[in-house]
Amino acid sequence: MSEVRVLVGTRKGAFILRSDEQRKDWTVEGPLFPGWEIYHITGTPSDPNRLYVSQSGGWFGQVIQRSDDGGKTWETVSNAFTYDGVPGTHQWYDGTQHPWEFTRVWHIEPSPTNADSIYAGVEDAALFHSNDGGRSWRELSGLRDVKSNLWQPGAGGMCLHTIVLTPDNPDRIFVAISAAGAFRTDDGGVTWRSVNQGLNSGNELPDAEAEVGHCVHSITMHPSRPNILFMQKHWDVMRSDNAGDSWHEVSGNLPSDFGFPIGVHAHEPNTIYVVPITSDSHHFPPDGKLRVYRSRSGGNEWEALTEGLPQHDCYVNVFRNALAVDKLDSCGIYFGTTGGQVYVSADSGDHWMPIVHDLPPVLSVEVQILS
Amino acid sequence: MIRVTLPTHLRTLAQVNGAVELAVAEPVTQRAILDALEAAYPMLRGTIRDMATQERRPFIRFFACGEDLSHESADEPVPAEVTAGTQPFRIIGAMAGG
Repeated sequence: MSEVRVLVGTRKGAFILRSDEQRKDWTVEGPLFPGWEIYHITGTPSDPNRLYVSQSGGWFGQVIQRSDDGGKTWETVSNAFTYDGVPGTHQWYDGTQHPWEFTRVWHIEPSPTNADSIYAGVEDAALFHSNDGGRSWRELSGLRDVKSNLWQPGAGGMCLHTIVLTPDNPDRIFVAISAAGAFRTDDGGVTWRSVNQGLNSGNELPDAEAEVGHCVHSITMHPSRPNILFMQKHWDVMRSDNAGDSWHEVSGNLPSDFGFPIGVHAHEPNTIYVVPITSDSHHFPPDGKLRVYRSRSGGNEWEALTEGLPQHDCYVNVFRNALAVDKLDSCGIYFGTTGGQVYVSADSGDHWMPIVHDLPPVLSVEVQILS
Repeated sequence: MIRVTLPTHLRTLAQVNGAVELAVAEPVTQRAILDALEAAYPMLRGTIRDMATQERRPFIRFFACGEDLSHESADEPVPAEVTAGTQPFRIIGAMAGG
């Protein structure tokens, strides 16, 4: 019998939720790191008991901790995220230039094959790599060569929040930045190019199809099809069939194509999930109904998944890192809300139940299957 | 010995209870105290002073002997009572919020 372990980062600490593969009965452990903002807590595919956590706050800055025993004990590792050289300036909200300033780590992405190799996406946007389990960090500063003076912060800051590693090709990495767009390296992070062709941000940019400046909210890939990417943009759900070289819209019949997370089914690479949000100024679900939308056709045709989710008076949001998918035969989908609920579906989204109701606002959700 | 008190979050992070005691050579300055503190408790690096600039983080304040030392020079001697160990050097998370 496998154990399911869900790692939840919140505004006021981390929580570990545990169940068996039925995913009906859960235990809740936490808060870990109480009082700290946990933008991300995640496990390592090649060593599931190696966990990494980004804890931060306005008072005390950034701390990174790691566990080698599944979260029983933790040790601090390096929090020295030092930009390579003088990072210069980026565009501020009002269009003026603003100095680059490190604020926090938004996302930690371990290598699928090496537990000591991890990437960290930070605010102000940059990508760091550690090859010693977090004991030291080095910026992959070629990313900032891609017109970074034109990058600008989204509402949550100018954050590198998404890191997608490519199976069987460690040299190819995708990242996404709000509000700069999507970027790809094909040489392990030395040089980068923007991959934003086809994105349209007419409401936010003077040039709707600019090379950079797009507010990409998240990107996902099924490991069996590394050239096909799905994107939830500020507005629009997008798809690329050529590793980001170009994108086309697949929002179809969604009630709103604004949202934050996007996920792909573990065993059906054409089945994707989004959580529509009303608009950029109304960060809650349309009509007060919390609905996950599923497309089994890789976009355009969407169905609402509602059974077990609140269908009236619900005004929560679901952040970009707060949706996860497990790899059990009956694929599980998980998401956390700003209202502190974490929901699970053990049947690909057909039926949902809350694991926990009243956590602090959820920032991130990850899931591990332990044999 | 210099006595330093930490806010709750940093006591938890450093795994200490109550004040920490540090040997600091004279002249005892804010910088010398913080250098000694971070040497003894490396997990505190970056939480009190900015990692890159070594400046006090904006929401951190330093109190001692009933005075706010936050805006004193990091290289000025701290009050004699702190140097003598009769008064603590207090590191405070600034009051913020409603």
